[in-house]
Amino acid sequence: MHHTLVALVEDKPGVLNRVASLFRRRNFNIESLTVGRTAEPGISRMTIVIDSDQASAERVTAYLYKLVNVLQVEDLGTVPAVARDLALVKVAVAGHDRSALLRVVDETRAHIVDTGEQTMTLEITGEPPHVDAVIRRLEPLGIVEMVRTGQVAMRRGDSTLSAAQDS
Amino acid sequence: MPKRTGAQIIWECLVHEGVHTVFGYPGGAILPAYDAMLDYPVRHILVRHEQGATHMADGFARAGGGVGVAIATSGPGATNMVTGIATAMMDSSPIVCITGQVPSKLIGYDAFQETDITGITLPITKHSYLVTRVEDIMPAVKEAFHLAKSGRPGPVLVDVTKDAQQASVEWAWDPRPVQMRGYRPDYPITREDLTRAAALIRGSRRPVILAGQGVIQSGATRELVALAERIDAPIAMTLLGLGGVPASHPLNLGMMGMHGEAWVNHAIQEADLLMAFGMRFDDRVTGNVKTYAPHAKKIHVDIDPSEINKNVRADAAIVGDLRETLVDLLDVLEPADHEQWLAHIDAMKGDAAVRDIQKLPDTGHLYAAHVINDIWRITGGNAVVVTDVGQHQMWEAQYYHHETPRSLLTSGGLGTMGFALPAAIGAKIARPDAEVWAIVGDGGFQMTQAELATAAQEGIKINIAIINNGYLGMVRQWQEFFYERRYAATPLRNPDFVKIAEAHGLEGLRVEKRSQVNDVVERARAADGTVLIDFRVEQEDSVYPMVPAGADLHAMIRRPERTVLAETGADPI
Ligand SMILES: Cc1ncc(C[n+]2csc(CCOP(=O)(O)OP(=O)(O)O)c2C)c(N)n1
Ligand SMILES: [Mg+2]
Repeated sequence: MHHTLVALVEDKPGVLNRVASLFRRRNFNIESLTVGRTAEPGISRMTIVIDSDQASAERVTAYLYKLVNVLQVEDLGTVPAVARDLALVKVAVAGHDRSALLRVVDETRAHIVDTGEQTMTLEITGEPPHVDAVIRRLEPLGIVEMVRTGQVAMRRGDSTLSAAQDS
Repeated sequence: MPKRTGAQIIWECLVHEGVHTVFGYPGGAILPAYDAMLDYPVRHILVRHEQGATHMADGFARAGGGVGVAIATSGPGATNMVTGIATAMMDSSPIVCITGQVPSKLIGYDAFQETDITGITLPITKHSYLVTRVEDIMPAVKEAFHLAKSGRPGPVLVDVTKDAQQASVEWAWDPRPVQMRGYRPDYPITREDLTRAAALIRGSRRPVILAGQGVIQSGATRELVALAERIDAPIAMTLLGLGGVPASHPLNLGMMGMHGEAWVNHAIQEADLLMAFGMRFDDRVTGNVKTYAPHAKKIHVDIDPSEINKNVRADAAIVGDLRETLVDLLDVLEPADHEQWLAHIDAMKGDAAVRDIQKLPDTGHLYAAHVINDIWRITGGNAVVVTDVGQHQMWEAQYYHHETPRSLLTSGGLGTMGFALPAAIGAKIARPDAEVWAIVGDGGFQMTQAELATAAQEGIKINIAIINNGYLGMVRQWQEFFYERRYAATPLRNPDFVKIAEAHGLEGLRVEKRSQVNDVVERARAADGTVLIDFRVEQEDSVYPMVPAGADLHAMIRRPERTVLAETGADPI
């Protein structure tokens, strides 16, 4: 089962290393990990997706709290949340019928962000399963390069995760 | 404000933290700090290997209850500390390690004696700092002490670049307490958790308390004894918990686990309630977790929330300081009586007594158990004993009966050979009035034997009992039990330990017969300087009972009958 953990951390040198090292040392597999700034200066937000059972997700949360620079951790699997993943996919177009590709773009809300002589680059944004589905449709057309950001996620509704509140 | 160099600020901070002794070894990247040291009222113990410095700091912390400080240079000086840091981490011992680092401009360029020591020690420290600016030294050192000693204690490393030590800044001590946003070591105990735990305790017919090192670290001896007496529950001890409850207390059953007493392990397996107080269900105490205490509900009290449900699922958990928790439980629990259960456990002791080699007649053979039990008797159980790792460590736990907290120091979690001698030196410095004994195997002694020179140079008086069986005994025992007595790389051809002591200007003595133990031990105690005693014990004795690694806790290998016969002289094997 996938668990999406969100961690607010102090933006200090080595924090990413500490978090990544924890997963390695405790033998958990990271599916994706993203880090970025938050609205509050000095605080970064990590979204970590792991494949584990509920008990393991609880253990990871407890271990994350042991890290001195970690302020807040939440398992978004336990609350309603929005999740987004972004992919850039370069697809071969030379010698192809471009209409197949354009149909995928049309039907999936993908965007053409660059056009070359041999390739076209698409941007796909959405819930991770949506991104997966679009990529599956592009595969037969010939994907030559791809990058995904990994998932970012946030609670739905008015409630927020902020570094100020207590766990 | 006066100007201070970074090197001076390090010592200013240490003095403000109450440090009077540090254990260390100099080198290029830490030289500015060493130069500044001469102007501060701090005693420096010059070790012979940086591992020794970390174990001394650890022994100092465990014996005295304060924070131990070790100091080393960059590169090899820092990497030599790794084993001692990992030892302190596994046993939650509060130490602060200060290392020099190459100048900040050279970091990342593979400069001479550059190693990424904060990276290397990341998984074996509670936290660490790489300080590259003089202004950051005080906050880092202050936080390091705060982290090391609060919550679940542990080692903290502060790596300071040479240029940060050399730079100057206008400086004054900041007396405000440390505030760290992401670190909240104090957990309020909730009424709900207490109520749930109390209900389980009231409903229990066959309770057992499991007492760990948390009892010692939270200073909860009195409260724990009061609770045990109130609810009439027997207490089983972890290795690191020994001393947390007086061994002579009638409710103290003794040690549990791999080499625990048979009746203790059986009591745990038959219990209907385990109250785990400041212990972490290490695999050495549970055996096979799938068959561990199958009838028991579990209450787990620990200061570290990540320990709850880690190895054993808890039916009730309280995260917080153990002493406070016990005070709260004492408020709500009424007296109970478990006479039948206690009598049942007591009856199981009879079976063990006939197998106890302590009870067998003296055949002239010298057994480690005899030596250790004699030292216990002669010292009145009042010594601080520091063990190494191996068979002698387990015999110490079985045959030296500890009455007070911080009277047994031993590497439990990591099982670090070489711990005893340096940790004993650190313990003696923390408690100069205590009688300190290092009980150490012939193998492990040689791992940090160089620290004899430290004891000699610093004029530190400890007593060293080498339990010399000519083997890496504990490994030999596993080979005997599980590898058909194929003794691969376990026999030792040892140096003459008496001469080694003498070469350091220390007294060395040898004991080969039980009848000599008393006089030699007394002579060592009376001597002014460190005395080393080479006890030539039975070579192929084994520690019993033994739960093989991963086996069910009740599936113990017991001392076999034929050895009993050999002891009585009936069947010489
Ligand atoms: C640094 C280190 N290396 C290896 C081991 C594995 N080990 C555990 S006990 C032991 C034998 C110890 O022999 P000795 O010091 O003579 O003590 P004895 O068991 O004979 O009492 C060994 C090698 C260890 N615990 N620590
Ligand atoms: Mg030995």
